[in-house]
Amino acid sequence: MDVSVKRESLEAMRVFDLATTPLRELNSALHAIAPGTNDTNFEVVNPRGSHAVAVGIDQPVTVEVRGSVGYYCAGMNDGGTVTVHGSAGPGVAENMMSGTVVIEGDASQYAGATGRGGLLVIKGNAASRCGISMKGIDIVVQGNIGHMSAFMGQSGHLVVLGNAGDALGDSLYEAKLFVRGEVKSLGADCIQKEMKPKHLKLLAELLERAGITGVSPEEFKRYGSARTLYNFNIDNADAY
Amino acid sequence: MCGIVGLFLKDRSLEPQLGAMLSDMLVTMTDRGPDSAGIAIYGTPSDGRAKITVQSADPKQDFAGLEAALKPADSSVAVELKSTHAVIEASADKAQAVRDLLVQERPEIRVMGSGDSVEIYKEVGLPKDVVSRFGIRQMAGTHGIGHTRMATESAVTTLGAHPFSTGADQCLVHNGSLSNHNNLRRELVREGMTFETQNDTEVAAAYLSAEMAKGKDLGQALTSALDDLDGFFTFVVGTKSGFGVVRDPIACKPAVMAETDQYIAFGSEYRALVNLPGIENARVWEPEPATVYFWDHEKAA
Repeated sequence: MDVSVKRESLEAMRVFDLATTPLRELNSALHAIAPGTNDTNFEVVNPRGSHAVAVGIDQPVTVEVRGSVGYYCAGMNDGGTVTVHGSAGPGVAENMMSGTVVIEGDASQYAGATGRGGLLVIKGNAASRCGISMKGIDIVVQGNIGHMSAFMGQSGHLVVLGNAGDALGDSLYEAKLFVRGEVKSLGADCIQKEMKPKHLKLLAELLERAGITGVSPEEFKRYGSARTLYNFNIDNADAY
Repeated sequence: MCGIVGLFLKDRSLEPQLGAMLSDMLVTMTDRGPDSAGIAIYGTPSDGRAKITVQSADPKQDFAGLEAALKPADSSVAVELKSTHAVIEASADKAQAVRDLLVQERPEIRVMGSGDSVEIYKEVGLPKDVVSRFGIRQMAGTHGIGHTRMATESAVTTLGAHPFSTGADQCLVHNGSLSNHNNLRRELVREGMTFETQNDTEVAAAYLSAEMAKGKDLGQALTSALDDLDGFFTFVVGTKSGFGVVRDPIACKPAVMAETDQYIAFGSEYRALVNLPGIENARVWEPEPATVYFWDHEKAA
């Protein structure tokens, strides 16, 4: 290995210890990154459930968070790669624009809410309202998801290797949902749909992007909108 | 918002530290509610003795000579003063007579809670000030619950602070808001329950007390609460030997639990749990919606 390259990569890793450093310093440093810089590797230690860790990233940085985080970690991420080596509190990767967020543990409620792009991978379980109002984000959950997930999902994909809770996809628009296990109940206007070859191909790509192997797209069922609630119709009043 | 915490010890060697551990957990939750704070600590009951925790807005006047004033009801009565609160200890069989005399002698004094083992301290102010005012860190115990309040449903007063206690050794802390508390209060009043405030949480506490008075255990009472209470709630409840948690079916109020061989802990957020011993290897999970969790020292023994 070229020694000079090795030194450069070591220097580039910046470590923020949240036990001794205010959160604002971490987020300010992330926001101060100019396009094209090499200073793109960050490590966060002792997050101890802190809120708003690594929010508002707008450059292709890599952030390794060593421990569990609180509310809104990696919110509004636009191009960064954030890995939480622990669990995440409510609203992880909320309104993500692009990039990748990986949660090695579990995620609390409304993971990936309103996300417009990027990939959120949750290796454990996600709680209620996962992907609520999703608008283009791709979410892959290796465990189970809670109730009211993908509520009013507009676009993007939610892939669940485990089971889904009550009222999956309630008032769904055009987000596509793939569940490998049981769905406790479907929400209003969400129905099971045929898995066509193009969906199998799409799902295979999503699984590959999430780094999941040994799981076949054929094991999933597809759910989507029945499109009967798009416009108000008095005959559907009971369904709202 | 509001922040709630709870700690139920399995390892008796931690009992001397219960007050300190619970205080740290609550202080960490301060930014979830600045209005008032309270803690209930369950100590080891001593045979044949009962405790009544009382509070006064004017402790100088109300607590002066209190022990002597209560002696006619029970010669063994002992009063320990702690700032605006006092703990009255009496023979269990004379506790009611002591309470009756207390109402007569010092009508301004409010009862915060009573029973064989519980002591309840709550005041307006921040958790750090409330726990230091009452010396909570020095208290030993088997289990306890705490609350820091962001008021929504009723006035910011000592009586509006949590925990609410409506039965012997029973108390409850709540994050959320109930929507059918007025109706339920009327029904409970008809059944003979009395209320100190217009607060929604007091209704939930009284509801559970009434259900347990009908013979239900804490787990069964919490299960009926899911049918009869409407609104948002994460409850943490203590009884003499038990500890329970329940969330409403929508479950938008946060909750995290952790269990090790030494304890079961509850926090509104994971931040509240990070200083507990062995937390890095604890089983940490989010309690499921509409699911009752409860543990009992007596049933476990």
